[in-house]
Amino acid sequence: MHDQSRRVTAKKTLIIACGALAHEILAILRINHLSHMALECLPAELHNTPQKIPQAVKEKIIEGKSHYDTILVAYGDCGTGGKLKEICDQLDVDMINAPHCYAFFEGTSNFEQRDEMRAFYLTDFLAKHFSNFVIKPLGLDRYPDLKDVYFSEYRKLIFLAQTNDAHIDQLAQNAAEYLGLEYERMYTGYGELPQFIQQG
Amino acid sequence: MSEDDLILAELNDSELTEQMMDDLYDGLKDEIEEAVRILLERNWTPYDILTKSLVAGMQIVGDDFRDGILFVPEVLRAAQAMKGGMAILKPLLIETGAPKMGKMVIGTVKGDIHDIGKNLVAMMMEGAGFEIIDLGINTEADEYIDTAEREGADIIGMSALLTTTMPYMKTVIEKLKERDIRDKYIVLCGGAPLNEEFGKAIGADAYCDDAAIAVETAKKLVAARQENA
Ligand code: B12
Repeated sequence: MHDQSRRVTAKKTLIIACGALAHEILAILRINHLSHMALECLPAELHNTPQKIPQAVKEKIIEGKSHYDTILVAYGDCGTGGKLKEICDQLDVDMINAPHCYAFFEGTSNFEQRDEMRAFYLTDFLAKHFSNFVIKPLGLDRYPDLKDVYFSEYRKLIFLAQTNDAHIDQLAQNAAEYLGLEYERMYTGYGELPQFIQQG
Repeated sequence: MSEDDLILAELNDSELTEQMMDDLYDGLKDEIEEAVRILLERNWTPYDILTKSLVAGMQIVGDDFRDGILFVPEVLRAAQAMKGGMAILKPLLIETGAPKMGKMVIGTVKGDIHDIGKNLVAMMMEGAGFEIIDLGINTEADEYIDTAEREGADIIGMSALLTTTMPYMKTVIEKLKERDIRDKYIVLCGGAPLNEEFGKAIGADAYCDDAAIAVETAKKLVAARQENA
């Protein structure tokens, strides 16, 4: 290890993130040489019980406060109905100002303007882990006939791609086929995430 | 005796209703339909079958969902099984004149297509004797209001599961005020990201955490209105 890198290993900023963003955040830290930042993730599974997110994040913030100068919460509202924002405000830390990751990858105002209600979204993470984060929690492995109950009102699957990777594209396309939805790919890169992280 | 060779028709009434609760919990639609037919043959009233087996069973499912013991797919399967039983009972309930509690217009708000919770509330309200007009998903303010006016409803029920669609509930209530008919209706709201504070802030009559509370709240508010009338 070079001397120079040793000097910067004392991390000053902690990013508390959803596990679904771990890969992307590590890439952003690497690309931008943000070696003063540490990352801690909560399980992405919390998405299926969003009422548990605020407390879990709160505990991490309190724990982190004694070790770091700055804490960033890399979460959108994620269905907490404003509760996560309340906690971040109380503890004086920043979180991402967006309803969910689909919005901040595309750009929240674009996402909202496009207003495509009948679209189901995938990100790189969800395309790669479609089975564990969509099929299994919805019980489609056990009860395939529920597919229609969940998705009958959907028309297309929009894959918001963070990277250009033919393998992940193929996985997203397979997911669309499995759900019987039209497939659309939209390259977003990391969207609003780098800007949020670089403020730390 | 294994589950496979359990013959429903051989069970006595109390064993059968017990078994129906288990079958509902396990989402076994065919078994529920069969048991409903057996109880009808034994001259149970449709209303008793509904309340003592289906509604009672679904209440357990709802409680276990709230407590994190059951998850969405299991709730959905149980709901489908109950729906199967209700489909048999519904025409008979109308014929036999079960108690009528009131009329509710319900829908998921504009921009949102999450409907599992809304459907569950609609079904449990129906099970409790409310007449339900289900507007489905993506419901506009005028659709709620025009339907409630036309049908002479008592309750308007709104569901939202997205942070971005919950504010639309306020739009609906504002529209009611503009049309000077806010007080004509009991407005109930629900959906996982909402809470009581939000319900108060938008001026709803109540926020309900789950279907059982929705039924209880609706009954209470309808009764209070009748007293004041
Ligand atoms: C199942 C589900 C889906 C299904 C919906 C299928 C369907 N036909 O409804 C599918 C997979 C298709 C889906 C899609 C999406 N979803 Co979704 N979904 C969920 C999930 C996991 C469960 C919701 C549910 O059905 N619960 C079961 C029922 C029984 O509970 P309930 O709805 O809360 O209802 C109860 C009470 O709230 C109350 N109640 C409900 N309504 C009413 C109404 C009245 C009048 C009353 C009195 C009471 C009441 O009583 C009900 C019964 O007890 C939630 C997470 C969660 N746990 O809440 C995410 C969640 C709501 N979804 C979310 C998202 C982001 C999406 C998508 C954008 C994801 C994507 N990849 O594209 C799409 C967009 C859909 C759209 N355009 O509307 C987010 C919302 C985040 C946010 N900021 O708002 C959540 C919170 C997950 C998360 N943390 O990311 N979803």
